[in-house]
Amino acid sequence: MSTHDYRQTFADGLWHQNAGVVQLLGLCPLLAVTTSLINGLTLGLASTLVMLGASVSVSLARHHIPREIRLPVFVLVIAAFVTAVDMLMSAYMDGLHRVLGIFVPLIVTNCAIIGRVEAFASRQPVLPAAADAVATGLGFTAVLGSLGALRELIGFGRILGELNPAGPASHGGLLIAILPPGAFIGLALLVALKNYLDQRRARGREASSAAIVESGAA
Amino acid sequence: MAAENAGKSGLAGALGTALILGLATAVAVGFLALTHSSTAERIAANERAFILRNLDDLLPRSDYDNDPLADIVYGFAPELLGRDQASAIWRVRRDGRPVAAVLQPITPHGYSGDIALLVAVAADGTLLGVRVTSHRETPGLGDAIERRRSDWILAFDGRSLGDPGSEGWAVRRDGGIFDEFTGATVTPRAVVSGVHKALQYFALNEEQIFAAPTGSTLEPIRPAEPDP
Repeated sequence: MSTHDYRQTFADGLWHQNAGVVQLLGLCPLLAVTTSLINGLTLGLASTLVMLGASVSVSLARHHIPREIRLPVFVLVIAAFVTAVDMLMSAYMDGLHRVLGIFVPLIVTNCAIIGRVEAFASRQPVLPAAADAVATGLGFTAVLGSLGALRELIGFGRILGELNPAGPASHGGLLIAILPPGAFIGLALLVALKNYLDQRRARGREASSAAIVESGAA
Repeated sequence: MAAENAGKSGLAGALGTALILGLATAVAVGFLALTHSSTAERIAANERAFILRNLDDLLPRSDYDNDPLADIVYGFAPELLGRDQASAIWRVRRDGRPVAAVLQPITPHGYSGDIALLVAVAADGTLLGVRVTSHRETPGLGDAIERRRSDWILAFDGRSLGDPGSEGWAVRRDGGIFDEFTGATVTPRAVVSGVHKALQYFALNEEQIFAAPTGSTLEPIRPAEPDP
């Protein structure tokens, strides 16, 4: 385990094992906050920060945490980082914190975080653990951002509306996209899109290998 | 190593484990205390700036010459102000004479949880305006009570306890004069009732609100007529 495959870590975190659209973890924040692009991105980055802090701490302390209390310790570490991120956001990103305020504490309930901490960070050295946290976090952020953009575009008929409060507070969109059902439908569409892309790539690979075989035979 | 510790049985092992958990908690508490002490000042400043922004929106600075956020009395009336503890009432003055009072009631009857309001009442009992400072209403439906989402909240400007009278202080569906939103009646109903109760509180305490010394808590009062 001396040479860790960082490429694989990022490929898994961002695509193959994506927390949002493959493992379907962290649905609670995923569905609740993605009413706009900026909400999704911010909460995704906050989750990434928590994941990074928790993974690094747990990885550093991994030889000192007895098995039987590892879950309470993990929860404690994650909750501490969430609270810290909440305070920091309130201090330095006041405007966004007012919009996302009630969802930031919900990061604690994101099982993608405790999942990675338990399955990966608690068994790996610091660097791979940090890389895994960043990869998983960014993958999650990408899903939150896409879903947020999708719902904002369809539901409000605009994009990045929070950054332009003077702009029209349009309610001309399809309201269901903003409501909870829209979150489920949007997520399903993203999952379908990901599967479609994967299948097309697999078919492309088959086709090209088949072509090689044919040309070899000819 | 973790495995060794887990292998130990009996009191020693249990104590060691408890010790480690205690240690982890202590580290976490220290970390949070540090974060808190380094951000508390900024958070308080942000809060103040946020309130001032809302206040500027409700009454122009040229209308008063004191610092309302320092000229505070505390009101306690769970039935009318919605809070189970005393909340600050800011007094706005010009040349020492009362111009307005700003109340911070909470209305607990929103679609999901409390809706916090800022209600500015002129000394003569007329509403200067209302703003929602925090809420958890459905995005796209109930959040039209926010000023940045719609003009709805401006419907309170210039109203008072006698205008439109107590039956009028309701949404249209309930026979009142305030619009509800398509698909969301609960939210505007809650806000209308919260503003109405704040006006009742102001009417009952008007003299005390402006006369009481800064920093004092007003005597709790009972509403003259309970709201149906």
